[in-house]
Amino acid sequence: MTSAIINRETMEQTPITTALAVRNLSVFFGANEVLKKVSLDIVPRAVTAIIGPSGCGKSTFLRALNRMHELNPEARMTGEIRLFGDDIYARAVEPVIVRRRVGMVFQKSNPFPTMTISENVTVGLRLNGVRDKRLLAERTEQSLRMAALWDEVKDRLNTAAISLSGGQQQRLCIARALAVQPEVLLMDEPASALDQLATSKIEDLILDLKKKYTIVIVTHNMQQAARASDFTAFFYLGELVEFGTTTKIFTSPSQKRTEDYVTGRFG
Amino acid sequence: MTAANHKLRNFKDALMQIVALLCAIIVVTPLVLIFYHLIKLGFSSINWAFFTQLPGPVGEPGGGMGNAIVGTFILLGQAAVIGVPVGVLGGVFLAEYGSPKSSGWIRFAADILNGVPSIVWGLVVYGLVVVPMHGFSALAGGVVLGLMMVPLVMRTTEEVLHLVPAGYREAALALGVSKWKTVLQIVVRTALKGIATGVLLAIARVAGETAPLLFTALGNNIWARSLTQPIAALPLQIFNYAMSPYDEWHRQAWAAALVLLLLVLFINIGVRFLTRDRWKAKI
Amino acid sequence: MNAIAINVNRKSSGVSHFGDSTFKWLTLLMALSVFVLIALIGYELFVGARPSIQKFGWHFLVSSSWDPVNGVFGALPYIFGTLVTSFIALLIAVPLSIATAVFLTELAPLWVRQPLIMFIELLAAIPSVILGFWGFYVMVPWLHDHVYPLLRSSLGFLPFFQGADHGPCILSAGIILAIMIIPIITSVSREILRSVPGLQREAAYALGATRWEVTRIAVLSYAKRGLFGAVILGLGRALGETMAVTMLIGNAPYIGWSVFAPGQTLASVLANEFTEASDPLYSSALFHVGLVLLGVTLLVNALARLLLVTFAGPGMKPQH
Repeated sequence: MTSAIINRETMEQTPITTALAVRNLSVFFGANEVLKKVSLDIVPRAVTAIIGPSGCGKSTFLRALNRMHELNPEARMTGEIRLFGDDIYARAVEPVIVRRRVGMVFQKSNPFPTMTISENVTVGLRLNGVRDKRLLAERTEQSLRMAALWDEVKDRLNTAAISLSGGQQQRLCIARALAVQPEVLLMDEPASALDQLATSKIEDLILDLKKKYTIVIVTHNMQQAARASDFTAFFYLGELVEFGTTTKIFTSPSQKRTEDYVTGRFG
Repeated sequence: MTAANHKLRNFKDALMQIVALLCAIIVVTPLVLIFYHLIKLGFSSINWAFFTQLPGPVGEPGGGMGNAIVGTFILLGQAAVIGVPVGVLGGVFLAEYGSPKSSGWIRFAADILNGVPSIVWGLVVYGLVVVPMHGFSALAGGVVLGLMMVPLVMRTTEEVLHLVPAGYREAALALGVSKWKTVLQIVVRTALKGIATGVLLAIARVAGETAPLLFTALGNNIWARSLTQPIAALPLQIFNYAMSPYDEWHRQAWAAALVLLLLVLFINIGVRFLTRDRWKAKI
Repeated sequence: MNAIAINVNRKSSGVSHFGDSTFKWLTLLMALSVFVLIALIGYELFVGARPSIQKFGWHFLVSSSWDPVNGVFGALPYIFGTLVTSFIALLIAVPLSIATAVFLTELAPLWVRQPLIMFIELLAAIPSVILGFWGFYVMVPWLHDHVYPLLRSSLGFLPFFQGADHGPCILSAGIILAIMIIPIITSVSREILRSVPGLQREAAYALGATRWEVTRIAVLSYAKRGLFGAVILGLGRALGETMAVTMLIGNAPYIGWSVFAPGQTLASVLANEFTEASDPLYSSALFHVGLVLLGVTLLVNALARLLLVTFAGPGMKPQH
């Protein structure tokens, strides 16, 4: 499925080849300019990795994509971000709507402790009014399968979510995010708190998910970026230094700073 | 450092340890003694009549405190109706919506209220409710206990909500859930046990209050018939009976004191048992 | 350009916005109730006390004639009683509480700590009227028979311990107050001692200090200001105590040296006389007493909070 803009009068279809079009995005925390005029295009149904040393603005960039900065009263942004053509920061658009289209998985897995596994998966749907039990059950299985967790938990869907291991909890959080059927999935260092085995499971999962979803992943692990992503954006001190296919960035980057970073000379 | 000095220091050390231990024992002793005496003097008077009958004629044997027990529950019920919604929702505001400055002022005001002596609350509600109603009433008693609960419940609710990790709020919001549903159905739900604990402890606290009831509920010797009449309450009855010259009433007062103490301690121990996991970490 | 994005989940947003602002305003309203309550308290007390304030003014605080029949009111004996009983309570409670706090944080074996903490918190939960009841019929007769004569004979050269007692007296009230404020001083002190950084203790231990010396040098002196705050907090509690004090103090206005004399506090005169107050000026004088009590209590609590905050930062919450 490709997305397109359809002109109602002429029924002409203009394919959109950008999932998220970011133009001159700047984010300020108080007087501090944390992201400086970033522009890039996130390609649909591909994995884009955001890399850079700590403090370069990777997470800030990610959070701008689903309007999470609005939780912080000191944050301000300028610029434009279009999600499949729709301006997500338009005055008429509520953050709640944006976040249903752009999901997020966090660094530290955080399944809701008072809920069971299945309740966690469907919480996004239920809180938005979905009551149909059949639909919820279907969505639960679908999401858990996509998160490569179904086989491990299918017999204990009604047990507490916090009884799962760390890696399983993170995959549960992925299932939870997928259950509301977002168009884009943002992942903020999703495997950094996990061991090697769990990490590789998550990476396999990402490669599988990109068949259906657009994924943007922040990572400080360059090998992970090289392994799992199609495109890579390198940030440094709040600026987008270079953006291109992963192969290019890691083998023949155009910028010296990029080259220094990926060859490990700093960061 | 000489050997003598060493010995002296060790001696002081041991001495101080013993002193500290003794102080701890002294501190615990009144609780033990009170329990012992209440049981010794009151247990035998606890019988069916005690719970179901009205006070008998002055000084005569027989009768019970049924009306006072019912009265206490009626007052606590009213108090909860006022104290719980206002306190819990106010605490939600402090933890989830308030800016640091506004929350600071509200918190400050709540702490001031928590420091107001209970008898002063009685004076205030006397002017507020008893005077306009031209008489003492159960309503006034319920109001004063409820108002006392508000700042208590507000602060405990806020503290418990602060303990809910930010990650849960973020995860819910990132799913596209609106803020008020996040607060109510995720944050408050996670903290529910702690909030309930705070509410129960506040109820236990006001259950034992006598001073504010002196000028509001006043006390009564008959079954409560309406909220606009004075009403009996356990602490009030204990006070009146204890200070009377009648042995029979003293006997009943001991029983009442035992019942009241058991009620209060039961709630206190009960909530601690329920939240024991969190409690264990705090040694 | 008319655009349709092919997608799901584009539900209307108006509803959630309404829910959000309604809920926020609801909780704000509830939170603002605290200001309303403070205003109500101030209003009721001032309005109630106004006749008395107008008639007696500041003289109310320094005059000791309390004469309902002739309409002359002065609260000095009650201020005196409040201060003296609180002072006695502190004298007894503070060493016991701090020693117990030290015991709990530094010296006690782990298995003892939980039960002891629970005991102390249960002690705090005992209703005042029950303490007064027990105090009146058990503690005071025992003190009257066994302790007071001893005090009189051994320390009778001091003006404090002269004169006869009937059981209920200033000292009895002070002792029961001490029992009542020990839990709060102990628990706040415990928090303060626990917050002393381990580095301080380690430095002392590294010098070869004994456990008591470590406690004295590294912990207690570091925590001085905080401990003082805990004490003032206990004082604040003692000032407002009514029932137990009323039952044990003897209920007679008194200013003098002997702790064996019956006395009266601001709280106990209210408890005893408010429902008997026959004329408006009498009631007003009692409201005036309430106002003085509130003022003193608020001041003391504010002082306590100041001390605790400057010692341990805004994290220190005064517990009630």
